[in-house]
Amino acid sequence: MSTTKSSAVDVIPFDQALADFEPVLGLEVHVELGTQTKMFCACPTAFGAEPNAQVCPVCLGLPGSMPVVNRTAVESTIRIGLALNCAIASWCRFARKNYFYPDMPKDYQVSQYDEPLCSNGYLDVTVQTQDGPQVFRVEIERVHMEEDTGKLTHEGGATGRIHGADYSLVDYNRAGIPLIEIVTKPIVGTGALAPLVARAYVTELRDLMRALGVSDVRMEEGSLRCDVNCSLNRPGDPWGTRSETKNVNSLRSVERAVRSEVERQAALLLAGGRIIQETRHFHEDTGRSTPGRSKEHAEDYRYFPEPDLVPVAPSDAWIDDLRTTLPELPSARRERLQQEWGISAFELMSVVNAGALELVEATIAAGVDQAAARKWWTGELLRTANDRQVELSDLPVTGEQIARIEALIAAGSLNDKLARQVFEGIIAGEGDVDDVVAARGLVIVSDDSALIAAIDAALAEQPDVAEKITGGKFQAAGAIVGAVMKATKGQADAAKVRALLLERLGVAE
Amino acid sequence: MSDLIRQSAAVLAEAIRRREVSAVEVTTAHLDRIGAVDDQVHAFLHVDAEAALAAAAGVDARIAAGEVLGPLAGVPLALKDVLTMHGVPTTCGSRILQGWRPPYDASVVERLRAADIIILGKTNMDEFAMGSSTEHSAYGPTRNPWDLDRIPGGSGGGSAAALAAFEAPLAIGTDTGGSIRQPAAVTGTVGVKPTYGAVPRYGLVALASSLDQAGPCARNVMDTALLHAVIAGHDPRDSTSLDVPVPDVVAAAQRADVRGMRIGLVRQLTGEGYQAGVSQRFEEAVRILEHLGATIVEVDCPSFDYALGAYYLILPSEASSNLARFDGMRYGLRLGDDGEHSVEQVMSLTREAGFGAEVKRRIMLGTYALSSGYYDAYYGSAQKVRTLIQRDFAAAFASADVLVSPTAPTTAFRIGEKVDDPLAMYLNDIATIPVNLAGNAAMSLPVGLAAEDGLPVGLQVMAPAMADERLYLVGAALEAALRDQWGHLLIEEAPAL
Ligand SMILES: [Zn+2]
Repeated sequence: MSTTKSSAVDVIPFDQALADFEPVLGLEVHVELGTQTKMFCACPTAFGAEPNAQVCPVCLGLPGSMPVVNRTAVESTIRIGLALNCAIASWCRFARKNYFYPDMPKDYQVSQYDEPLCSNGYLDVTVQTQDGPQVFRVEIERVHMEEDTGKLTHEGGATGRIHGADYSLVDYNRAGIPLIEIVTKPIVGTGALAPLVARAYVTELRDLMRALGVSDVRMEEGSLRCDVNCSLNRPGDPWGTRSETKNVNSLRSVERAVRSEVERQAALLLAGGRIIQETRHFHEDTGRSTPGRSKEHAEDYRYFPEPDLVPVAPSDAWIDDLRTTLPELPSARRERLQQEWGISAFELMSVVNAGALELVEATIAAGVDQAAARKWWTGELLRTANDRQVELSDLPVTGEQIARIEALIAAGSLNDKLARQVFEGIIAGEGDVDDVVAARGLVIVSDDSALIAAIDAALAEQPDVAEKITGGKFQAAGAIVGAVMKATKGQADAAKVRALLLERLGVAE
Repeated sequence: MSDLIRQSAAVLAEAIRRREVSAVEVTTAHLDRIGAVDDQVHAFLHVDAEAALAAAAGVDARIAAGEVLGPLAGVPLALKDVLTMHGVPTTCGSRILQGWRPPYDASVVERLRAADIIILGKTNMDEFAMGSSTEHSAYGPTRNPWDLDRIPGGSGGGSAAALAAFEAPLAIGTDTGGSIRQPAAVTGTVGVKPTYGAVPRYGLVALASSLDQAGPCARNVMDTALLHAVIAGHDPRDSTSLDVPVPDVVAAAQRADVRGMRIGLVRQLTGEGYQAGVSQRFEEAVRILEHLGATIVEVDCPSFDYALGAYYLILPSEASSNLARFDGMRYGLRLGDDGEHSVEQVMSLTREAGFGAEVKRRIMLGTYALSSGYYDAYYGSAQKVRTLIQRDFAAAFASADVLVSPTAPTTAFRIGEKVDDPLAMYLNDIATIPVNLAGNAAMSLPVGLAAEDGLPVGLQVMAPAMADERLYLVGAALEAALRDQWGHLLIEEAPAL
């Protein structure tokens, strides 16, 4: 731990932390570009190939090999920069970041240092508060290009780290894959909303990348990775020492990482401890981070301009051309959808916060009414995703399936309760809608004789109830309806049961 | 045809084309010569006789079939061991690359093969091209054919010695601060450092990326031009390679004309620090050029005084990064891989044993110069000096078409004489370094023997970037005049081995 007092409180509740401190955030997001070939060579970038099958002298850094910049990667970066309202450099260079590590073929990484391609932009993000949606402008410091490293696997040993492993394997398929790094300026003034702003920012970035078509931004495959910088200070005081939490690999974790770091730092500061500048590793399972490398003695990467590459100098004409290729950006799209669907800003935010915008859109495209589409995705399905601690988009449910379910409801053969069971079956891998309906026997019981038999059985068990109803106490009917619904495992239409019961007893309301 | 090994490349190519001699005979003659003298000279680190003979046989077959091949088809060549060649050991004169066989050809090698030039093998060099004597090779020094107790220059001493010992009529060198020109000067041969970016660097194991340039070496100016034309030209795999037409260097070598040219003497590259016999031959050569119709002007390049200092910051900085990849993880030497040592220890043990003293010295210098807090004072200042030197050249080329100087301050020194005095060794490159810092083109050609030691003296011609043809106009004219004066080329005076 970072404190000398081993008995110190590890964390304090978030709200309590915010009573004393203001958080300052900084987010560094790495996005793997979806180019066909690597940043500096013609090797393919497809995910999942055999180890070291997608390599050549350049991305293996063999002696004598030389990099050549991937034009599409530069284009994608400029488009990202334009979408983030950045200034695009008319002249910039790559630099070498020098350090020894076996996942780096050249023992330096070709990156950009003090001359990023894009700088000084912003991205507006909206978070839901008690007082309605609130917009924060997150300022962007820079967007730059770099190459990814290889991937190490440490075999044997207890820690899964390089030290203590029996041996390590390295796969250079990933080495040289184009990455862009998007770095924010310090994000201040978010207070208790800090975790939500962080999540909304990364979500917005992800949606932006997707809209631009520059990356498939799959966090689980590591094509979007986030490092969270966080510090706390008392109101009016200078900013505190920051930590950098790495390995934050889902939108949910972005929020959790900020929250847990605020809680940890506040506890430490309140106990009289000192925050040390360090990298921390976030653990998805516990939602907490553990300390990594101390950054007190900053590593010296000996950056210098990459002499094997010529400067990147995009012409104004090229930049203007790229500007015309920008698609409808997510914020504009949200405005449009809100209008098309005829819903309130609050209702739209619920969809956005659930991560359900594309899903609802696809479901509507499949023929479902917008209210029903929103109801399923932000209700039942969101609850399921939260229970399973996955993203909504990770559920194996499609718009077409929802359309089929809605059609069955409209035809009277399913109700909402049964529909939930259908979703459960789909998610459990039992097949498509009709498969689940057939296998589970999910159909509203509409055969009157079966219902009448069930009503008679219920009346026989509760003989006093019939008397009450015929005596005019219609509310007593609920007991019989409930018993029938129970007997039919919910597959009956409650209104119909009630009507049949009254008919059977020869009374009318 | 008699005495094949003493012929020029142009003559051999013509004879092969006319089927007066076969490429196999020519190759065999050179392989025999290597067999006879190379244990004395040690120009080669690796000779691939089988591949050379197979390539030669291919050339003969195609000529017999009536194919029209390039102007150097069938002529043997010695390749500096800093260029990769598919499947052939490439060591860069270092122990750390022992056993490495590259899986790919350098661009230059591809072009040599496409021109049907026969690559005999790989030549010795100072480790990773760091040195001016070839004494810093991990595989032992190369000896100067003019005097086996003397150095053949460096770093490309192997290629120059192979030419001077008649082991090959053509060679490829690389020049970062003089590694083609200084060996040419001290062995009585010709070497050209083309404009930076004229010859692609893809497959050239980098010493200092912003300075390195491969170039042609031969025993006369025309052969050098023919080889220059083969290897120069844009390559998309090297983004620093120039996408412009290659100057017609062969036509320039044929014209051999300096009439009306303004030739600049650089004040900073004469006088003090130059051996008397070197200055004497240089001045005579300048008078010949004047006699041939050139106008001699004096130019001032004050920033050249800082060239050596800037060079020894830029080169080690880039080298420290370029040489980082030799860490024992992927190829070449690996020490300490016994399950006991950590990855850092394996890297450290490998680099400790794999690199020689001069390489370590420069890696440490460069690491220091790039360090945070020192970067501006060292690397940054050196880059500013580089800009000033470029300005000096630009000003000089406003009043002169080419510049000339002695190539090296002395003739070949004795093996061991300077090996423990790095600063004295670095001074050998004082006249050649400014050209690399500016990215210009330069040639060294022999202009006689120094009176005091009877060893070859080289004259350097410097031309603006992308005006490489001027080197050949001047070099060929001067060579022709000297040949008229002596009745033969200087190299003919080299002692028989
Ligand atoms: Zn590759």
